[in-house]
Amino acid sequence: MIYLQLFWVFFKIGLFGFGGGYTMVSMIRMEVVDDYQWMSAGEYADLLAISQMTPGPISINTATFVGFTQGGILGSILATFALCLPSIILMAFVVALFFKHKESPYIKKPMELMTPVVAGLIISAAILMCDKESFSSILSFVIFGGTVVAHYFFKVNPILLIIVSGVLGWIWGII
Amino acid sequence: MLALKLFWEFFKIGAFTFGGGYAMISMVKSALVDRQKWMNEDEFWECITLAQSLPGVFAINMALYTGFKICGRQGAALAMLGAALPSMIIIIAVASFIQNINGLKTVKDIFMGIRPCVIALILVPGLTMLKKAKLDKKKFWIPVLSCLLVCVFSVSPVYIIIITILAGIIWARRVIKN
Repeated sequence: MIYLQLFWVFFKIGLFGFGGGYTMVSMIRMEVVDDYQWMSAGEYADLLAISQMTPGPISINTATFVGFTQGGILGSILATFALCLPSIILMAFVVALFFKHKESPYIKKPMELMTPVVAGLIISAAILMCDKESFSSILSFVIFGGTVVAHYFFKVNPILLIIVSGVLGWIWGII
Repeated sequence: MLALKLFWEFFKIGAFTFGGGYAMISMVKSALVDRQKWMNEDEFWECITLAQSLPGVFAINMALYTGFKICGRQGAALAMLGAALPSMIIIIAVASFIQNINGLKTVKDIFMGIRPCVIALILVPGLTMLKKAKLDKKKFWIPVLSCLLVCVFSVSPVYIIIITILAGIIWARRVIKN
């Protein structure tokens, strides 16, 4: 039954998908296009483009979309829920173990080491997003610099920054 | 009710976050720590580190752990729903009426503006975490290395995280011996 398959596919991805959205997206592609052949590579690419353009985590968007095309609204809810379920289950363990033993060096040292590592990973995510398409005009650089200054130094609300940059992009396109 | 306010904050965030889970970090911090003051910075960054180190959708992990910290299990559940629901609604709407959204010039222009903004919003928490890591001469190579491994050598973050956990455990053992 398609619903069981959807659940299984996205549960696996939620469980083994370390490393962020783009890793998951590749894993989803392998399942959806190669293994189950629910759609062609081209159709998946189009789906991915829309998932990127709409708000929200790309893996959630992709799960909802695939679930919808294969099983309607129920399919989309099931797929997204299956993706989130491993996180929920894991959290029960983490809460029981981690928060109880927070003071143990076995928790403290890895967390201490993790902070600079994760800082590096986050920065690398920003770097990997930089390409000619993202920085296509002077305006792009202005927006980039402006956002860094506004958000890092003045703690301007990011939602406001996104709206402003969207409006600026639109105006630039008209000029 | 606190849990409902939490849901609403995450719903707003979920509706405006372009660029994936990391872009949400800025928004969540702005809302939960700076504006609402429901948690302090240290608690927040602890949740971020946890969310990144565990498998699963980063944004969902972040919602779960910050939600839990603020308001227990109810908070975790409602934060997660708030984060996921806007995406789902929008995608279902779009998938139902697939028009050629990609082609519209207006949409292209708006996203042209948003992309560099999103990259900057992803970068800033990374910089803040760098500051928080209190790097000195001995440790500054850690974030540089992890960044290099991912960007230049295409090493999967999975391996970097696993090695970091192991290294941390070895370090803990040395500390205990002393």
